[in-house]
Amino acid sequence: MTYNFDTLALHAGQVPDERYGARATPIYLTTSFVFKDSDQAAALFNMERAGHVYSRISNPTNAVLEERIAALEGGVGAIAVASGQAALHLAIATLMGAGGHIVASRSLYGGSHNLLDYTLPRFGITTSFVDPRDLDAWRAAIRPETRLLFGETLGNPGLDVLNIPEVAALAHHHGLPLMVDSTFTTPWLMRPFDHGADLIFHSATKFLGGHGVAIGGLLVDGGSFDWDKSGKFPTLTEPYEGFHGMDFSEESTVAAFLLRARREGLRDFGACMSPMTAFQLLQGMETLPLRMARHIANTRQAVEHLTRSEAVASVGYPELEDHPDHALAQKLLPRGAGSVFSFNLKGGRAAGRKFIEALRVFSHLANVGDAKSLVIHPASTTHFRMSDAALVAAGIHPGTIRLSIGLEDAGDLLEDLNRGLAAAQKI
Amino acid sequence: MELELNGQQAYAYTGGKPFDAALPCVVFIHGAQNDHSVWGLQSRWFAHHGFAVLAVDLPGHGRSAGAPLPSIEALADWIELLLEKVGAGDTATPGKVTLVGHSMGSLTALECAARHPVRIARIALVGTAVPMPVSDALLGAARDNESKAISMINAWSHSPRGTIGGNTVPGMWLLGAARRLAERQPPGVLHNDLAACNAYTHGMEAAAALACPALIISGSRDMMTHPKAAAKLAAAIRDVRSVSLDGAGHDLMAEQPDAVLDALRGFIA
Repeated sequence: MTYNFDTLALHAGQVPDERYGARATPIYLTTSFVFKDSDQAAALFNMERAGHVYSRISNPTNAVLEERIAALEGGVGAIAVASGQAALHLAIATLMGAGGHIVASRSLYGGSHNLLDYTLPRFGITTSFVDPRDLDAWRAAIRPETRLLFGETLGNPGLDVLNIPEVAALAHHHGLPLMVDSTFTTPWLMRPFDHGADLIFHSATKFLGGHGVAIGGLLVDGGSFDWDKSGKFPTLTEPYEGFHGMDFSEESTVAAFLLRARREGLRDFGACMSPMTAFQLLQGMETLPLRMARHIANTRQAVEHLTRSEAVASVGYPELEDHPDHALAQKLLPRGAGSVFSFNLKGGRAAGRKFIEALRVFSHLANVGDAKSLVIHPASTTHFRMSDAALVAAGIHPGTIRLSIGLEDAGDLLEDLNRGLAAAQKI
Repeated sequence: MELELNGQQAYAYTGGKPFDAALPCVVFIHGAQNDHSVWGLQSRWFAHHGFAVLAVDLPGHGRSAGAPLPSIEALADWIELLLEKVGAGDTATPGKVTLVGHSMGSLTALECAARHPVRIARIALVGTAVPMPVSDALLGAARDNESKAISMINAWSHSPRGTIGGNTVPGMWLLGAARRLAERQPPGVLHNDLAACNAYTHGMEAAAALACPALIISGSRDMMTHPKAAAKLAAAIRDVRSVSLDGAGHDLMAEQPDAVLDALRGFIA
């Protein structure tokens, strides 16, 4: 038999340890693992036997987390790394080197945009940014040296819903993989592999961990992409002198990407996750189905409440009929379009400041996906140096407020929003 | 390693070392809807410990071209042809080849050793049963709805523990990897393979005629090839050793890779 999502969220990847029968996942807080004998040591290093050698490469606690996210996403396996940014970097560095090119949605998290637009070009990897809703733009941006298409399941800041089936089909037509950042949706809202994506990464810091206590990233391989047939990925299909001359796609038909990413990427770049962090993230993932259902229920109430407020100019949420991706969201995200969204206050920057300062339950900080409700006013924080005109060009209104709806009592959240809205209306 | 057999391109993984026909040879034969990669750890160990390894992709599977062969007998003849082509266990140095087969591959190994005994020193049958009947429900699904058939096989091929995880290979989700590997094979292969297993009815005669030693490795929780069926097969073989892996399902090489390797080492090395 096989198990369903809610059961896998609690159990996948972990059986009680044989010696003590611990039900919770033990935290293997050790850098390294003792070899049974010289033969076993050699076999582990040469991939003749499976196991753990050194916690930068793998660790039993991390392995439970890796299996669990792979099970929830329907992938073949995963790698836990230090942050979502580390997951993005690991994926790119595994697929390409200098001369490589990426086509990415322009609606990205700022950290991802920084890596692609400013940092990677120093290492010879460039990116073309496109309107994620414009399939022709994706197509036109693909070059002979393109190695990856990349977008977010729900884009930033307008919650553009990535048309994964169409973009994946385009990518595959050109022998390229599609990777998605699924941080905002989690596998509970959508499983991108079911729609054609090839690689997924998460900032597990957000909804997967869910409690704002640990930073981590997860990179998941769907195992469907045929690297040999593509012919564009020598890192996966040609012998690698840096690891026993291994041809990774020959070694593993479905997990060549993960093999290279672990055996080279974790080994050499070293952005590994602490086992303590893996444990904390696992604690969060156990309740992912319960939390996501509550996140969505509270979000729907908040969205409805804000759309009826005199102080609000507009609300951007894909479940609203006036959102450009409403129909696509109904198809790809029937359980909900996440719990992070923005709305525009009447009254511009000043109204935004007043709104924020009046809140008591929402925490004013730069994060999303916490169990607690969060709020930020981009025009007075992350984007405060920009003029009103520049903000609008970036898709942000001077009165834009971003909310991350948490798990509190919905009535308390609506009352808190009312406090902010009343303050904003007084300017 | 690529070569041409019967006018078709064929592929065999050599365990990360060049194939050397002068060494004792171990041939790994995968099961239905699989390819060489199911033997990754075990084949790699033998290749790095003095053996010439051929982990084959059977015709129509993985990297080997052509249509899948329609019978166990045809698969057995294909293995013999492969050995002849690479010069393994040839008449000048007979008896150097060990065949290791899983599920459909175990039937292939058994039939090959019975039909072409000269080259074969021993056989190891992993997750085996003779006969190996396939239910009408599974055969029908394989013909009409491969995705459903793969789901059925995935559910039946893994032990209770394997279904939850705790994979020996860090970070790999056993059920996901098994499903994707099955999905990689071309349409029609699964039904062909299951029909070939179902139609192989003279396995007990082959077992009785077997001239070489055999090892049978069974999983105690195998629902695809039940340990009781493996025991009946063992009773029909003259020189046989049996190993039961406690708690393992049908996907033994993935669920308990070290135990499978240790059993093979004890038999071959």
